[in-house]
Amino acid sequence: MTASPPLLEVRELTVHHGQLRALDQVSLTVGAGEVYAMIGANGAGKTTLLRAISGLKAPTSGSILLDGADLRALRAEKRATAGIVMVPEGRRLFPSLTVEENLQVGAAYARPGPWNIDRVYELFGWMPQRRKQLAAQLSGGEQQSVAIGRALVANPRLLLLDELSLGLAPVIVTRIYDTLPGLLASGVTVLLVEQDVSQARRVASRVHCLLEGRTTLQGEPGQLTAAGIESAYFGLDAAPGAPA
Amino acid sequence: MTWVNAIIQGILLGGLYALFACGLSLMFGVMKVINLAHGDLAILAGYLAVGVIAVTHIPTVWSFLIVVPLFAALGYLAQRTLIQASLNRGVLTTLLVTFGLSVVIENALQQFTSANSRTLGIGSLISKSLHLGSQITIAYLDLVIFGVAVVVLLGLQYFLSSSRQGRLIRAVADDREAAQLAGADYRHVFGIAAAIAFATVALAGIAYGMYTSFTPTSGTTALLLLFAFEAVVIGGLGSLWGTLVGGILLGVVQQLGAQIGSNDQILAGQLLFLLILLIRPQGITTSRRTA
Amino acid sequence: MSAPAVTAADVRVTRSRRSPLWPALGAVVVIAVLAYLPYLVYAGTTSLLVNFFILLIMASMWNLLAGYAGLVSVGQQAFIGMGSYLVLIVALHGTDPFIGLPVAALGCAVLGLIVWWLLSRLRSGYFAIATWVIASICYLVVIRFASLGGGTGEPLPGLPAISNTLLNAYTYWVALAVAVIVLISLYAILRGRLGLVLTAVRDDETGARSVGAQVSRAQLLVFVLAAAGCGAAGGLEIISQPFVQPTAAFSVQWTAEMIFACLIGGIGTIEGPILGTIVFFALQQWLASYGTWYFIVLGAVAIAVAIWAPRGLWGLVSERLHIRLFPVGYWVWPAGQAAGPGWARLRRPRPDAAARR
Repeated sequence: MTASPPLLEVRELTVHHGQLRALDQVSLTVGAGEVYAMIGANGAGKTTLLRAISGLKAPTSGSILLDGADLRALRAEKRATAGIVMVPEGRRLFPSLTVEENLQVGAAYARPGPWNIDRVYELFGWMPQRRKQLAAQLSGGEQQSVAIGRALVANPRLLLLDELSLGLAPVIVTRIYDTLPGLLASGVTVLLVEQDVSQARRVASRVHCLLEGRTTLQGEPGQLTAAGIESAYFGLDAAPGAPA
Repeated sequence: MTWVNAIIQGILLGGLYALFACGLSLMFGVMKVINLAHGDLAILAGYLAVGVIAVTHIPTVWSFLIVVPLFAALGYLAQRTLIQASLNRGVLTTLLVTFGLSVVIENALQQFTSANSRTLGIGSLISKSLHLGSQITIAYLDLVIFGVAVVVLLGLQYFLSSSRQGRLIRAVADDREAAQLAGADYRHVFGIAAAIAFATVALAGIAYGMYTSFTPTSGTTALLLLFAFEAVVIGGLGSLWGTLVGGILLGVVQQLGAQIGSNDQILAGQLLFLLILLIRPQGITTSRRTA
Repeated sequence: MSAPAVTAADVRVTRSRRSPLWPALGAVVVIAVLAYLPYLVYAGTTSLLVNFFILLIMASMWNLLAGYAGLVSVGQQAFIGMGSYLVLIVALHGTDPFIGLPVAALGCAVLGLIVWWLLSRLRSGYFAIATWVIASICYLVVIRFASLGGGTGEPLPGLPAISNTLLNAYTYWVALAVAVIVLISLYAILRGRLGLVLTAVRDDETGARSVGAQVSRAQLLVFVLAAAGCGAAGGLEIISQPFVQPTAAFSVQWTAEMIFACLIGGIGTIEGPILGTIVFFALQQWLASYGTWYFIVLGAVAIAVAIWAPRGLWGLVSERLHIRLFPVGYWVWPAGQAAGPGWARLRRPRPDAAARR
């Protein structure tokens, strides 16, 4: 166990949407080089967690630390240049911009690092021929790749992936997740949100389940049983699930 | 052949309208702000030019070198302070605040300048006219203004499509949050867009001051805001070429209306606006998608 | 999730916090005093009050549009001008101009219907400027008629041939009556179903539609009512002058005054425009000698209020003191409890409350 702090630490995070408590005292740590998967049903609070980490949503209480430094004062755009880059739910490419322009915007405030637009074109071989097309004209899977590319060219230290699989065929999803090892090899840590539990278990080094804003399960995929995950996911027991 | 003359005058007038409109179009396209003080800002620029000329004694045509950058800075400041604060509150607030701004500007101008109408005297060089045949007269000034409008619109279009800052502006206009996630401070980007919008409105105001005389209340009485808005709607939002087309159409219809009756000039333009609203609300050049 | 703490049988629902008897009595007293005023004061004061009532009506209408239906109009001067001209037309045909008032209101209601049909698809900013364009068109069309005075204007014929003081008093009483009718109608409407729909639209239009609220119909009704109200105000204006001048009748200045009164008083309540009009007139009297500075200050105040005190003066007052002179909401009381809105208002959860579970 080294003395240096984990890359990301979330402590007792509580987030409200108006009067609705979306996250309730959620804590987790993500070490460098990990793939940390958040799972849970719709409305469990997973996207809220990512939005809080990326700076788009201010928490009610609790703290988020990057390399031990509290992010409270940093606006979303500053967190991006500090190394936390999110690929938001629904891709959210800039529809009136071309593929290449989307990547160029992603690179506008990039940190120094191994990733650039050409390397993204190498990663997704179909992209160079389509780079002058408007982002809105691409298919769902293609848009997802561009969205990931747009985040990568910023050279993130922590990549937040929100619901990659939404609206995509399983074959496409698998293909996209297969690029993950290449990302890790370049020094990117991944925190992802996924409704598809089997994909999450396949790629993650650790899994964290949320239900109605609370942690119900934490652990390595190999140590968790399918039944345990199921009950944590759906809240089948009255009491919270197995502690971390 | 006076009809041909009217059409030509209308086209040239359309350039001036397009110059007025592009600032409005930019602010609405990027920030969803309708600046009700738009016309008054143009007049303010005109008065500023009058003041600058009085102090520095530079020729009128070069007054824009001082006034336009000043206005750009003013635009950035106004956006980062007042307009952003009202944007955070909601659409109603931005309309109310810009309306209040309009009242303040008009009355401040009335307070601090005389009520006499002013004009920006133009040098003898461009007060001449071109004569084509016996019926067609084209003032050099009108040609120059039209040329400036085309250059500005071309330049702006190029800036938005090919420069890094232009891309950022378009990105923020598309999706503010996604742009934040890419590291862009949208407040700063809004400020740049406002600076550009204010710069074009200053240019339009100076051109207007050369074209005709103005008073402190010309912003509302001369219906400058309305014409700019009509040009944007007729041409179609989201396209600077649309703004030029809209301005030209408005100018042509107005001039043709003036041929019918001297009181019908403005009314003709208003009716064209209504017609477009009824049958093609997204404007001439825009496809239905963005309406 | 535990069972709900309270069932329908446990609560009492009222329309106001205290008994509505006292404010109602107070209103009757105020109206009686106002009605007696012409016997007490000079004609100058009653003329001023006529202008006050005119602005009060217009401000209430603008408040209805913006504060309840979410429609921002900077073109209500279209209906004010048309209202004046409709009364003029009636008078030119030999009828008593006072009869022209309901004609003006009705005529402007029809005009409002047409304008709404033209503009209803437009979103807020577009809608606002389009209303200004409509006002401009009305002006341009009206000045073409030489019989109506063309571009210079026309005096109002047909007023009763009585002494100036008496005419002044009649005008005053009619203006007071119209203002009272408008306010009472507003109160009745907003207390009912339309009021609920409008409040829902104001808060969240998409949400309102999704629960089946007839949003378009509600907005149409409001727009037509506001047109009628402004038409009546315009009719009162020409009667009180008694002439019409087109540039003044269709001036955007009317809109400026309406907006300021609503903004300062408070958008979204019935009391707001009343308070705002009072403040507006008080300021006008106080600062009249300062000329254009008055408008500069007014504009700056409006900007400040819009950003920092969006609920206006009345909003500040009613929030502190929990007063509603025109109660349109609902209060929920636990059964058996006489007074005290203890748990009637939902509170935001305090951050540390989350820690104690």
